[in-house]
Amino acid sequence: MLKDEKLQQLKKNQENWQKNKVEKGLGKFPERKDRFATGSNEEVERLYTPVDVEDFDYEADLGFPGEYPFTRGVQPTMYRGRLWTMRQYAGFATAEESNKRYKYLLDQGQTGLSVAFDLPTQIGYDSDHALSEGEVGKVGVAIDSLKDMEILFDDIPLDKVSTSMTINAPASVLLAMYIAVAEKQGVSSVDLRGTIQNDILKEYIARGTYIFPTEPSMRLITDIFEYCSEEVPNWNTISISGYHIREAGATAIQEVAFTLADGIAYVEAAIKAGLDVDRFAPRLSFFFNSHNDLLEEVAKFRAARRIWAKIMKERFGAKNPKSMQLKFHTQTGGSTLTAQQPDNNIVRVAIQTLAAVLGGTQSLHTNSKDEALALPTEESVRIALRTQQIVAHESGVAETVDPLAGSYYVESLTNKIEKEALAYIKKIDDLGGAASAIDKGFMQKEIMDSAYEYQKQIEREERIVVGMNKFRVKEEVPKGLLKVDPTVGEMQKEKLVQLKAERNNDLVLEKLNALKTAATGSENLMLYILDAVREYATLGEVCGVLREVFGEYQQNVIL
Amino acid sequence: MNRPIRVLVGKPGLDGHDRGAKVIARALRDAGMEVIYTGLRLTPEQIVQAAIQEDVDVVALSILSGAHNHLLPKVVDLLKSEEVYDEVLVICGGVIPEEDIPVLKEKGIAGVFTPGTPTQVTIDFIKENLKR
Amino acid sequence: MELVERLLKGDKRAAARLITMVENNDPAVIAMLSEIYKYTGKAEVIGITGPPGSGKSTLTDKLTKLLRKQNKKVGIIAVDPTSPFTGGSILGDRIRMSDLNTDPGVFIRSMGTRGHLGGLALATLGAVKILDAYGLDYIFIETVGVGQSEVDIVKAADTVLMVMVPGLGDDIQAIKAGIMEIGDVFAINKADREGADRTKTEIEMMLDFNEGDWRPPVKKVVAIHNEGVETLLESIQRHRTYLEDTGELIERRSKNSEREILDLAQHSLMKKMVGTEEDKYEIKVFAEKVAKRKMDPYTISNEIVEKITNKKD
Repeated sequence: MLKDEKLQQLKKNQENWQKNKVEKGLGKFPERKDRFATGSNEEVERLYTPVDVEDFDYEADLGFPGEYPFTRGVQPTMYRGRLWTMRQYAGFATAEESNKRYKYLLDQGQTGLSVAFDLPTQIGYDSDHALSEGEVGKVGVAIDSLKDMEILFDDIPLDKVSTSMTINAPASVLLAMYIAVAEKQGVSSVDLRGTIQNDILKEYIARGTYIFPTEPSMRLITDIFEYCSEEVPNWNTISISGYHIREAGATAIQEVAFTLADGIAYVEAAIKAGLDVDRFAPRLSFFFNSHNDLLEEVAKFRAARRIWAKIMKERFGAKNPKSMQLKFHTQTGGSTLTAQQPDNNIVRVAIQTLAAVLGGTQSLHTNSKDEALALPTEESVRIALRTQQIVAHESGVAETVDPLAGSYYVESLTNKIEKEALAYIKKIDDLGGAASAIDKGFMQKEIMDSAYEYQKQIEREERIVVGMNKFRVKEEVPKGLLKVDPTVGEMQKEKLVQLKAERNNDLVLEKLNALKTAATGSENLMLYILDAVREYATLGEVCGVLREVFGEYQQNVIL
Repeated sequence: MNRPIRVLVGKPGLDGHDRGAKVIARALRDAGMEVIYTGLRLTPEQIVQAAIQEDVDVVALSILSGAHNHLLPKVVDLLKSEEVYDEVLVICGGVIPEEDIPVLKEKGIAGVFTPGTPTQVTIDFIKENLKR
Repeated sequence: MELVERLLKGDKRAAARLITMVENNDPAVIAMLSEIYKYTGKAEVIGITGPPGSGKSTLTDKLTKLLRKQNKKVGIIAVDPTSPFTGGSILGDRIRMSDLNTDPGVFIRSMGTRGHLGGLALATLGAVKILDAYGLDYIFIETVGVGQSEVDIVKAADTVLMVMVPGLGDDIQAIKAGIMEIGDVFAINKADREGADRTKTEIEMMLDFNEGDWRPPVKKVVAIHNEGVETLLESIQRHRTYLEDTGELIERRSKNSEREILDLAQHSLMKKMVGTEEDKYEIKVFAEKVAKRKMDPYTISNEIVEKITNKKD
């Protein structure tokens, strides 16, 4: 074949070039390092040519945007139709403050809200719990009961906005509260749009805000899948997250592999619970990180889409193309930001934004420059948003679909990430699936090894982080960082006292008991949780009942 | 006496980001120390009781949630009321705003290590500042 | 002897410090241990061992909580391996017991295996006695069931609890040889997993070959859900009653004491032999001569023994 002949010729020419041009020149002009590697420590060659993608098959490997295997993107026109959603994650200490901010954002034309909750809320404790001390309102809004949720969305028409909630272990409770607020507004749950993170496996692996052991946690998740497929059909019931896995120190390949392995576990759990794959799979969404190595990150996003499409089609026999589409939110990498010379972080975030957009993200949160120092100020949040807008409107990368396709390097890297991620997934399958692998500490150990290696490379200066281990300057103490009002905890406690005096405590007890009984059986718990929160049972009470029945997860630390 | 330095590494409060704590635990181990890793979600009381039973030389705590001003001085106060503070070096790492550092030091946190600190700096600090 | 007085009064810090001294082979500790010896022997010592990942810490945690309900005071000594390369270690057993930290009736101590001169078992035994004199009713020694030194530690207990998990398969065969026979009570943890019954049968079959009056019970538990822990504790306590009723307790403890005496003697001989840098250097010099065939090892070792048996402390 002519093509083969040409390739053979090219191989030969490349060898000659290597011998005559490169190796001769290296004596005089040596390269900067012995080994070149991606941000994830994957070795990078000097040059990529058609030889590196010799088995490349356009239709099978890439296809057209909006078509299987979706390597080039999930929509046919991508950002020419609609730009990605610029969704900034934000949480303020109290429901009142957050509500004010949300209304302001909505007035400015934003249609998507993203709610950050404080740690007690994320772990199912009320603000008056002993472990909540010092944590109330710190990393997001404190929600103790439906009362707080009513304030949070006061005067915000829930049929008009889409709301993303970063909530995992107690996701059912917060979703139930959201539905209850909608009911009070006269909005049917059918018209609600939004996302709950609801990804417990990555909490065990990396993020740490778990409550219950694996099995009941998976049950709560599939209960949500089932309930929402009937009652809240426009809700994204899970956001399977690689973000925190990457933040914990994983490589790009590990991020893809472990996230998709988690995804497989959720699909399997739902199928086992009797759900039809094409009914719930279109509501699955993903959440990835974007780090500094631009081309590796782009390849990562493309590989993730292709792997997921194949998994859904081949492994789970999905028929609906929507079930095969990996749609994802991206956040720029918090761990890549430096406390030193924080203005440099703006540049990092810009590169990461480019990576996410060139990788075809559906929505994006850009980090603020001061996040390695404290919670971001309003000004730095604005710069972060402007970064997205500049990439969208000035850089030109949004004007055509998947512009890096066909690059020898990017395609070869996409293939490599796919291959190695699949090898990881195979290993996890052999360990009995994601839940079992987590139980054995497999992912945690792999991530920790990568994180420790990265740290050592930085300390040996094999890896340069500008301003941190090179190009340092003497710096002034940064000023004007955001402080959380320390009285929030007291305010929330007072609200709880008042709530418990006002509500019908007998009714609350009755509903909590009903939930307890249901939890010991196998019924779908969503209705029971809804019943309880409607009567103003607190988050801590609902989770407390479930803690009693389910017990608590024990972290498996492998160091 | 030639003995390994014993260090308690833990995360007070509810914050689950343990990458920093685990990296420092490994680095201290590789520097020949005995690290008692206590994991997530600890109250100051739990940390202090563990420190006493383990008879550690150092208590090293990691916080990224912003609760440091509340939790860290509490650990020091409890160590003092248990009469062991004079023998135990207390250090912390995490996202700690620069302006909070002098306050924490005044309250008895001997070393505060912010993101980007090489692990060797922490190791050296421990070796140079041991109280016994 | 301020430390000892404080220990006998139940001072937590004194107990902790004394264990540190034992661990560090502090020369001052021997006299203290001998002083407290008459106050020991009351605690029930239970060795807990089993393969990595079998859930020993979680099980220890649950057993302890149960004993606390019976108003018993509990000590836990958790032993983890030290890196032979750096001398450092990460001891993580407390993670699963964090809510026991603040219970005044519980004392938990993590120990690295280190390169204990006198053997790890001696350091552990020292710690056990300190916790015994401190006033605890039960003392658990928890260690991974691999390696001879770990086996030695649990052997020193009154009752040995072996923790297994379903699906070990071939591992059981491998473990059988060294460790199975030291188990007085068997727990199959994570028994809600597939294969629990098969594992139970396999263990029972192995126990069929056991001689002796005590037939080790095999109990299924799910430590994380606190299932079966009560029955397991009953079995442990029944073993204790058996030991007392049959007089085997004294028999067993005598055997352990015999080993301890020999170990201690060996340890102090070693110290006399290579206790100082000077001694170590001297041996090195001899060794070189032996290697060069200028001396023979038989004469030298005889001379050394003669010299140290005349040497005063």
